[in-house]
Amino acid sequence: MTAATHGAGAAPALSVRDVSHSFGSRKALDGVSLEAPSGAFTALLGLNGAGKTTLYSLITRLYQNRSGSIAVLGHDVRRDPAGALSRLGVVFQARTLDLELTVLQNLLYHAALHGLGPAEAKRRGLALLERVGLEARAKERVRALSGGQMRRVEIARALLHRPSLLLLDEPTVGLDIGSRRALIAEVRRLIADEGIGVLWATHLVDEIEAADRVAVLHKGRMLFSGDVAALRDRAGTDDVGAAFMAVVTEADAAAPGASAA
Amino acid sequence: MSATEPLSPSPAAPPDDRRLTFGGYMIALYGIVWREGLRFVHQRGRFLSALVRPLVWLFIFAAGFRAVLGVSIIPPYETYVLYEVYIAPGLIAMIQLFNGLQSSLSMVYDREVGAMRILLVSPYPRWHLLLSKLVAGIFVSLLQVYAFLLVAYFWDVQPDSPWGYLTVLPALILTGLMLGAMGLVMSSVFKQLENFASVMNFVIFPMFFASSALYPLWRIQQASVPLWYICSYNPFTHAVELIRFALYGQVEWTSLAVVAGCATVFLVAAVFAYDPSAGLTARRGGPDAAK
Repeated sequence: MTAATHGAGAAPALSVRDVSHSFGSRKALDGVSLEAPSGAFTALLGLNGAGKTTLYSLITRLYQNRSGSIAVLGHDVRRDPAGALSRLGVVFQARTLDLELTVLQNLLYHAALHGLGPAEAKRRGLALLERVGLEARAKERVRALSGGQMRRVEIARALLHRPSLLLLDEPTVGLDIGSRRALIAEVRRLIADEGIGVLWATHLVDEIEAADRVAVLHKGRMLFSGDVAALRDRAGTDDVGAAFMAVVTEADAAAPGASAA
Repeated sequence: MSATEPLSPSPAAPPDDRRLTFGGYMIALYGIVWREGLRFVHQRGRFLSALVRPLVWLFIFAAGFRAVLGVSIIPPYETYVLYEVYIAPGLIAMIQLFNGLQSSLSMVYDREVGAMRILLVSPYPRWHLLLSKLVAGIFVSLLQVYAFLLVAYFWDVQPDSPWGYLTVLPALILTGLMLGAMGLVMSSVFKQLENFASVMNFVIFPMFFASSALYPLWRIQQASVPLWYICSYNPFTHAVELIRFALYGQVEWTSLAVVAGCATVFLVAAVFAYDPSAGLTARRGGPDAAK
């Protein structure tokens, strides 16, 4: 493997190259490429059914990519799954905390799955809970928390094993506007403080800021990948939402043969 | 391995060595068993029903049928035994059967709520995670079986020597492994809870009744030869017999071979079903892919 070095040569937090995936005859992903650099917020924009969940399943190795390559910080998911998964933190769209267990127990379980012993896990877990403002709730059952608090616990959990890449799949679904803002601010602080790479799947354009990177996934194809300014330029509008829709509409118009699924 | 070279020292990942160590494997195993144990403690209803179900059979069914179903002297018994004593091994196997399917039911549930996803993003290999899950299930089933044996003891249903409580342990681990692995395979095949509920009916009852759990095989042979064939090929029969002989400090070699063989087959099938490259998850679009 090429030695990753400082600066320009460093492997990106996530690199997806020319990945396709089909379920039976239905092509869920078609030649998708994407890069999420370290220390940056990359938004994966897509409407429902665009293939975001399939892409996340492949990155997290729920099933394996048959074509193309996926690498986390230079570690190929297929050839070196342990190296890739140990550098990856995930917050799934569905809530994945055990409601019957306490907040801390949930964190300890996850830490054990990454080979972290209880003492070290507890130390890290409490520090992370403090960071997300929930250290006082450590001994409470998860059931007693609000939706926004659960999400913050899930983020703390995803960071326990100190990943280089944090994947979030529509993390703000079902949250009120206050919790949404707090969550986004928290993740942006993480990027600034820890320099991790973040891939944030969403269909809500107001979660994107001017300095972010954007990837537009539509019907299994990557229509655009670059920074926000480039997306605006391409669509000729200042509004990110309008630019997103313009790119999507343009693609639909160009491929009339693709009948609605 | 190239993975152990100092990696790009990104600020998030200080020069780190993330090889999977033996200690790490053990921590992951411990963590999975620990969580299953915690869940078990929290779900008192589950424990209670696991205990009450066989006791109902023992106290009521066996008492009622004691007079109807005479059991002659067959190995490993050296004297006439009460019907309660005869069906106790079958009830133990039933506890394990329920537990095996229930813990895979919890996997189906886990998969729907996504907790399964958390398990599967662990960097440890799938076979280790599945095996750990099985060990956790066996651990819980042992707690249930010994609780049942304790109650049965006071009902005068006991092995011929106290050593039986010890010699049955390896048999219980093996039968627990077989039934748990069977549940794992089923959990990978069935996607929805409704399906699974009916599978419980289509699997548990036929397996239990078409076995030597409630009546000796020679009795079935007298009644119906085809049924006798079914019963003697039913792996559950061999689980019951393995437990029955082990309680009396003996080994039923045929049953041992069948149970060990089935456990291996189910285990391999489960690892295959959950394998990310070959498995059913990829082919079917995964747990929560678009319907």
